[in-house]
Amino acid sequence: MPIIGAFWAIIRRDLLLAFRRRAEMANPLFFFVLVVTLFPLAVGAQPNLLRTMAPGVIWVSALLAALLSLDGLFRSDFDDGSLEQMLLSPHALSILVLGKIIAHWLVTGLPLLLVAPLLAVFLGLPEQAMGTLWLTLILATPLLSLIGAIGVALTVGLRRGGMLLSLLVLPLYVPVLIFASGAVDRAASGLPVDAQLNILLAMLLSALVLVPLPTAAALKMSVN
Amino acid sequence: MSWIPAPVSRFFHRTSSPPYFYALADRFIPWLTVIFIVLLGAGLYGGLYLAPTDYQQGDSYRIIYIHVPAAWMSLFIYVLMAVMGGIALIWRMKLAEVMLISSAPIGAGFTFVALVTGSLWGKPMWGTWWVWDARLTSELILLFLYLGVISLYGAIEEKRAAARAVSILALVGVVNIPIIHYSVQWWNTLHQGPTVSKMDKPSIHVSMLVPLLLMAVAFKFYYLIAVLQAAKLELLKRETSSQWVKALLEKQA
Amino acid sequence: MSWESFLYMGGYAVYVWPAYGVTALVLIVNIVLPVLQRKQLLRELTIKQKRSQAR
Repeated sequence: MPIIGAFWAIIRRDLLLAFRRRAEMANPLFFFVLVVTLFPLAVGAQPNLLRTMAPGVIWVSALLAALLSLDGLFRSDFDDGSLEQMLLSPHALSILVLGKIIAHWLVTGLPLLLVAPLLAVFLGLPEQAMGTLWLTLILATPLLSLIGAIGVALTVGLRRGGMLLSLLVLPLYVPVLIFASGAVDRAASGLPVDAQLNILLAMLLSALVLVPLPTAAALKMSVN
Repeated sequence: MSWIPAPVSRFFHRTSSPPYFYALADRFIPWLTVIFIVLLGAGLYGGLYLAPTDYQQGDSYRIIYIHVPAAWMSLFIYVLMAVMGGIALIWRMKLAEVMLISSAPIGAGFTFVALVTGSLWGKPMWGTWWVWDARLTSELILLFLYLGVISLYGAIEEKRAAARAVSILALVGVVNIPIIHYSVQWWNTLHQGPTVSKMDKPSIHVSMLVPLLLMAVAFKFYYLIAVLQAAKLELLKRETSSQWVKALLEKQA
Repeated sequence: MSWESFLYMGGYAVYVWPAYGVTALVLIVNIVLPVLQRKQLLRELTIKQKRSQAR
């Protein structure tokens, strides 16, 4: 089977497996909304305060939702031996890994866009920032899946790697957070956001190219 | 690798043999210690005694003589770790793995020092123990990167696999450090913190610069001493069942 | 400059000296700890070796 066929096959397989547990797909969404809800409860419901905090709160919550869903990227394949099979396959592991990451993002990252309008309403985010919020979510959630994949690949062999995963991945998430929430913040004030969006796009494109290889290397280490 | 000249590759082959390196470290450490003490003494004397009091900040600026060299070392050591990680991954050199993991706590220590001294310098200047200034924020994230390396190595039982893992992590981290640094800087100019960071002295007088550079070089020699000591320990831990360790124990008895 | 004024650091002593102190502490610990652990390891290994030789 040519490599491109294997690539699509992996994506199809992962999507199929995810759809078999459709209910679980909603979990990151619920988490996202729940965490955002915590902030008004914690800091009080003054509209001005919430409006100022909205971009940051939404983005930190998205980050945490992405972080929590990362474990599912390689966990079940590691547990049932499929990951080992992938390592043994004649196809370049990097391409298979990229396929898995894309499938993972489609299932955990993309749906976050669905609840974005709800959260904007909760926190009083100005209308003019909605478009930017969607754009940043579309650009940055794949980035979060990509960067996170390296962390997961390094820790998938560990029995309780959850906290360690967060420690490894969150510092790497910081630039994404800065530019994504910065963009939404500027849009809320009516300022142009081209620079931030371009930087996010550049980071996404670089990650698409640079992430699969170290992730594959880390998987080889973890599985053996 | 045919493009490496023979004497160089011979040097690497010999030096990367654990017993040879262990003995070499023992020979070098005394000399390095002497040089370190001399440089440290000169730097401290120049910085604490000879250098004039700052016009704006009084004597509190003297923290610069440890804060800035420590921050430099924190970055330098991480880059070094990434280089060693690359060498360890490409050439599977055990010694590179050992040097990498030995450097991590030292780098973390310098990062911690940079944060604490930065905070102590900032308190009299800005009135608070912490400000989200670009350099301190970047150092804080760097500390987490170091802690990640140390934790990951500790969490993986088989140490050769652990070394491969942290090599990958160090390489990924080093690519991210400039990205983190610049994004934090951009973020900092946006949310305008207190006045221009007093930590970036635009033009520094030579009487203040010389002790600073002396301290920076002194810290580098300190790093060499510390990493060699830690590497000796790590080598012993990894090679307990080998011939040369057994011979070493016999010699000690 | 007198000893007192040196230690006084123009009023900033409470910031300057702890800064140097923490630095010294970290630097010392990062050398002493590996050295002590290595000596401990050598002791343990020697005992183990003696035990296996006595058999």
